[in-house]
Amino acid sequence: MSVTAIVPDYARRIEPRDPVENFHGNMLVYVHWEDHLSFCSAVAFPLPPAIPFGAFVSEVVAPAYAAHPEAASIDWSAVVWMIDGATKVPDMEASLAANGMKHKTLVRFWTPGLSGWKGTAS
Amino acid sequence: MAPKKLGLKQRYAHMTRGLDWETTYQPMDAVFPYDTFEGIKIKDWSAWEDPFRLTMDSYWKFQAEKERKLYAVLDAFAQNNGQTGVSDGRYINVVKLFLTGVSPLEYQAHRGFAFTGRHLRGAGPRIACQMQSLDELRHLQTQIHTISHYNKFFDGIGEFPHMHDRVWYLSVPKSFFDDARAAGPFEFMIAIGFAFEYLLTNLLFVPFMSGAAYNGDMSTVTFGFSAQSDESRHMTLGIEVIKFLLEQHPDNLPIVQKWVDKWFWRGFRVLGLVAMMMDYMLPKKVMSWKEAWEIYFTEAGGSLFQDLERYGLKVPKYADVATEAAEHISHQNWAVFYQYSHAAAFHTWMPDKEHLDWLSEKYPNTFDKYYRPRWEMWAEMEKEGKRFYNPSLPQLCQVCQIPMAYTEPGDPTKIAFRCTEVAGETYHFCSDGCKDIFDAEPEKYIQSWLPVHQIFQGNCGGATVPDVLNWYRMNVGADNMDYVGSPDDRLWSEWHAAKTREAV
Amino acid sequence: MAQIASITLLHNDDARPIIEAILADNPGVRVLNMPGAVKLDCDDELVVNRASVEARLGRPWEPQEIQLVLISMAGNLDEDDDWFKLSWKH
Repeated sequence: MSVTAIVPDYARRIEPRDPVENFHGNMLVYVHWEDHLSFCSAVAFPLPPAIPFGAFVSEVVAPAYAAHPEAASIDWSAVVWMIDGATKVPDMEASLAANGMKHKTLVRFWTPGLSGWKGTAS
Repeated sequence: MAPKKLGLKQRYAHMTRGLDWETTYQPMDAVFPYDTFEGIKIKDWSAWEDPFRLTMDSYWKFQAEKERKLYAVLDAFAQNNGQTGVSDGRYINVVKLFLTGVSPLEYQAHRGFAFTGRHLRGAGPRIACQMQSLDELRHLQTQIHTISHYNKFFDGIGEFPHMHDRVWYLSVPKSFFDDARAAGPFEFMIAIGFAFEYLLTNLLFVPFMSGAAYNGDMSTVTFGFSAQSDESRHMTLGIEVIKFLLEQHPDNLPIVQKWVDKWFWRGFRVLGLVAMMMDYMLPKKVMSWKEAWEIYFTEAGGSLFQDLERYGLKVPKYADVATEAAEHISHQNWAVFYQYSHAAAFHTWMPDKEHLDWLSEKYPNTFDKYYRPRWEMWAEMEKEGKRFYNPSLPQLCQVCQIPMAYTEPGDPTKIAFRCTEVAGETYHFCSDGCKDIFDAEPEKYIQSWLPVHQIFQGNCGGATVPDVLNWYRMNVGADNMDYVGSPDDRLWSEWHAAKTREAV
Repeated sequence: MAQIASITLLHNDDARPIIEAILADNPGVRVLNMPGAVKLDCDDELVVNRASVEARLGRPWEPQEIQLVLISMAGNLDEDDDWFKLSWKH
């Protein structure tokens, strides 16, 4: 479906506001730690597509969640990753782009054995 | 014999329809270019009914009387230092959120109804819209006037219009109204006149203003109820527009149903802020959000939609999802502000034990299982000197612009993720309701000004949190962070220490 | 399920004669007291009669004056010189 507008060529008069070109060489990546809802939602980062997935984990993801009491217990080698809806085993040496990530990709991850404070998903 | 007085119905007919005319210098379609493109078919504008039958002369008389009553209270409140008599200093944060989040919407409604009144060719709705436009301006003015008294003492109030246009969470109510005002006049009427005024403002004003009364805020309760007396007229306009459109032509039904579905969901999302005010921010509580939802949506909305069934109109899509979410949204929203307290222009606080017990009692099915542990965890962290903050920026929903904090219907442990692709780009949503709205008009929502994305694009004053807060004109260390230890808290404690000294 | 006709009024001196008139003229009316406000609910129909209000007020009163104390309502409104009626009947 499309918008009902008073001008017939509405779609040609407008521009999407968040194409990747607007982010100065970065792309947007969303990350969410499942079963840890003290982080209220997924969080967003502007990242160079060329950084290795391993660096993304150690320099972006881990610090973002460090405040949680369970953060120190995460075994990063056992983490289950889901990239844009598909479960994947990412190549830690390869870039985000090479791991199939693009602008506005959503990365969800599960930490086996850790399901939130006292097991309450908090 | 004295001349006979006209009855209410006759007077209304003379003073509205009787003053209207068909244009002749220009064709009517050229004078009213906006009232056809939405596809709404009107056969007979004169079939419009205004059951209040209020004419402009009576309108001025009643509004003047309301203003006299209101300003008498405001004067008394100021002269008697009413600000020292509210239930607790925390209460003022409700007023701050109201002024920054809701009052600017009154102005948007003023503009929207002025436009709509101008562009509907029937005299009945035109006059009703004109009155509503004036009402909304009055609401904004009385709210600013009332709350300006608190601005003399408390932080986070003075920059409200600037903040409304910029601050991340205020983009939620702002974009809601921008969306309505960017639509045609009929959609605007359904969006604001029907979905917002009729279905949802009761939830905003009645329990909330009753809460102000209970918390000793005489001035806010007075402007609130003074505004609400106009709202009854607005609600009537809202229901009349629905009935009128549905009676005029059967082709209008699917269009109206689509708008009712859309604006119910949009309004429900915005009112999550009110849910949070009621369950977490009022020091003395009147009723829970869930109870208010039962009275004002389930019961009142139920009666209404039963009435509208005869036109074929159905209960808004996802009303059941919204009712299920009434168990969760206030907790989920307060958790958002608790962890982003450093970037909010009002104070947050940890609910104390008595407050948690009240929530357990009001939400027996969910609170102890899902939300109480979260507060207890954060309380422990506070005690250890590790007050919990979220150091990253949240993912936002493309439509409602709220952080994607809402959970799957039926599973409060899983965030709901929805997405869609347009022209090779992905768009993310918090719910099926928001995704449906996007999918129906993608051209509109790919233009959304999402605060988090704007920060990353470099459009919000700089790359660091302090840069952005400065761009918001947030007075860091005074406007934001926890209530405990804030300048507001110190002032409040001084007032109370002084009261105790004087009493001895 | 019965449809509920409802009116919410300020809980003050100006509204008291109207509240009393509603209680007298609408058998089965249910009352919900809130701080500063009172909500009156009735199945299907609720009416405010001018004559009943005037009898309590001791002066002429026009139904439009209800706007000065009105907070909210539910039901289709019919207002005339002698009454202010909220109803789901057709």
